[in-house]
Amino acid sequence: MKIPFIDKRLEDIYSKVLNGSRLSKKDGICIYKTHDLIGLGQIANHVRKSLHGNKAFYIYNMHLNYTNVCKNRCSFCAYAKDDGEKGAYVWSIEDIEKKLLERIDEPVKELHIVGGLNEDLSFEYFINLLKTVKKIRPNATIKAFTCVEIDYLSNLAKLSIKETIQKLKDAGLEMMPGGGAEVLNSRIHEALFPKKIGHKRWLEIVKAVHKAGIKTNATMLYGHIETTEERVDHLISLRDLQDETHGFSAFIPLAFHSKNTQMSHIPSTTAIDDLKNVAAARLMLDNFDHIKAYWVMIGEKLAQVALSFGADDLDGTIIEEKITHTAGATSATGLTKDQMEEMIIAAGFTPVERDSFYNPIK
Amino acid sequence: MDSLNHILKKIEDNQRIDINEGLALFRHTDFLTLANLANQKRFDTHPEKIITYVVDRNINYTNICVSGCRFCAFYEPPNQDQNKGKGYVISKQELFDKIQETIDLGGTQILLQGGMHPDLEIDYYVDLLMYIKDNFDIHIHGFSPPEIDFIANKSCLTISKTISILRKAGLASIPGGGAEILCDDIREKVSPNKCLSEQWLEVMRQAHLQGMRSSATMMFGHLEKDIHIFEHMDKIRRLQDETKGFTAFIPWTFQPDNTKISVKKKTSVEYLRVLAMSRLFFDNIENIQASWVTQGDKIAQTALFFGANDMGSTMIEENVVASAGVDFMLSKEELTRLITKAGFEPRQRDCYYNLI
Repeated sequence: MKIPFIDKRLEDIYSKVLNGSRLSKKDGICIYKTHDLIGLGQIANHVRKSLHGNKAFYIYNMHLNYTNVCKNRCSFCAYAKDDGEKGAYVWSIEDIEKKLLERIDEPVKELHIVGGLNEDLSFEYFINLLKTVKKIRPNATIKAFTCVEIDYLSNLAKLSIKETIQKLKDAGLEMMPGGGAEVLNSRIHEALFPKKIGHKRWLEIVKAVHKAGIKTNATMLYGHIETTEERVDHLISLRDLQDETHGFSAFIPLAFHSKNTQMSHIPSTTAIDDLKNVAAARLMLDNFDHIKAYWVMIGEKLAQVALSFGADDLDGTIIEEKITHTAGATSATGLTKDQMEEMIIAAGFTPVERDSFYNPIK
Repeated sequence: MDSLNHILKKIEDNQRIDINEGLALFRHTDFLTLANLANQKRFDTHPEKIITYVVDRNINYTNICVSGCRFCAFYEPPNQDQNKGKGYVISKQELFDKIQETIDLGGTQILLQGGMHPDLEIDYYVDLLMYIKDNFDIHIHGFSPPEIDFIANKSCLTISKTISILRKAGLASIPGGGAEILCDDIREKVSPNKCLSEQWLEVMRQAHLQGMRSSATMMFGHLEKDIHIFEHMDKIRRLQDETKGFTAFIPWTFQPDNTKISVKKKTSVEYLRVLAMSRLFFDNIENIQASWVTQGDKIAQTALFFGANDMGSTMIEENVVASAGVDFMLSKEELTRLITKAGFEPRQRDCYYNLI
């Protein structure tokens, strides 16, 4: 297909894409800098369609945020609390049972479980958490714990990453989300989340996790202090690791929400940046199968548009999103299956309800 | 496919497309291909990388309305018992304060619109306009065609006479509201007591003939079918050929909450497709406006790449859409930030699209 570009620099990128050549760092920067949003979207859409045709995926899922008490206190986070602070909570195993049973009649296919680094919880708690979830929801996939939590749990259990993963797998862990990477860069690590693991450790852990046979997602938190170059480097780091492990399933660009954080002076990301991040991911991450438009962060309306800018997955129905809403997200806290399908159809795509591993639900 | 290529060729050659060609393009063209065409057309019409906006305030002089349109969540019926005391007619003091505040905020115009109040005759409107002009130097963009048609009937005047009286009293231009869908079979279903399409067009024709400019709008996503969208645009395009009086076209989506029409709200992709089509269909209207009031900041910004070259108004106050459950708010700072972040230069404009 011939695309009439307004920004002629996109022509080179398009020919590279058509030839199947890998895009360079320079190309990545050009993707972020261009004002030819539609031309860029058309290239990304070409790649998206050649991989997935007209399909747009979503999953019927449920979030469990077992605690908001966290010792890391990253400056971009509105969700974390100190122990004993007003609003701090931790769910007991009984609380978790109750939460699951409240929605037991719903066809939940995946449980997304992440939480803070709460020093009151023992390794046993996490094993029990997974076992309890598996007992109550034997047919739903457990997608739990970011690399940050895995690092913490391995210290807590005094086990290697490999052994830690094995224990968690035995208890029911099947997949891991992609959070905690933020931006894989030491400058940003120092400035925003010095207490959390840095990028070398994050990559080490994710590699060990992939080697242990657990698939993960990958993310990038954008829209705070990162530069364009740092964004592109982040994507290239993920792409390099993916060449080695093939363990990443989807990439999810995460738009920073500043309300109630220590960085509340930073204005929210705009649609153009959100769409560019989707398109950049689709084009740079040539070895990733899936790019998600996370509607919680960019809003349902833009997520629908993003399906034509490189995204093939709208994530889940969720129902009870907490973390981004604490930081001022104005999206719904959940979507019904019908709403999800209508959005996809109205965007001109065919909805495919999937499980955690992108198998269609019959 | 051949016929689609033929239509695409016409667009490329800057030839006018008809209703059926528009409909075919709308139905069968890929989302971003349509966007690309609209975006190119937008840059052909406005080569400068500028997005304009106006600083104004919506002042709704009354919410009492005999029209009872099924898509409206703002109006109150005239009967006191029925409106439970929620009906109002604006006081002079309130009007004064609102306009003063608008001017203080850098506003250049007010959008003066209201319900069809059964007890108000032309003298009321003349007094309202003269009061404003006596106290302020501000552009009055006011009274959509259904209001003018109603005032004319109420006061036994012709449309032309009514407009000329209002104009003498200070009315400068006419907003394109109340057009909804200019197809009578649809109007009879959604707004049975409001003027028919021919009257709407007649008000605009007479206003244009008297040298006044107006905008044109389209509210879609209720009971119309795709074909009606194109019939609507065709009627406006024909009148524009005749008068050249329309400054801008503004499509927006029906907001169903708190109304009597139960339909699913049109999605952003559907909105953007219609917006892009309006840029491609109107070869004789220069400005296409994005509707952040109904779409929110993100889609309004995206709309700047789907044919829109104007962000509309900062709307210091908006009541009508807000009554239907949508309350996006944008400050002037935020509006200009969105424009800048999209790679355009934000420029404040007046009602005639002159840069300020």
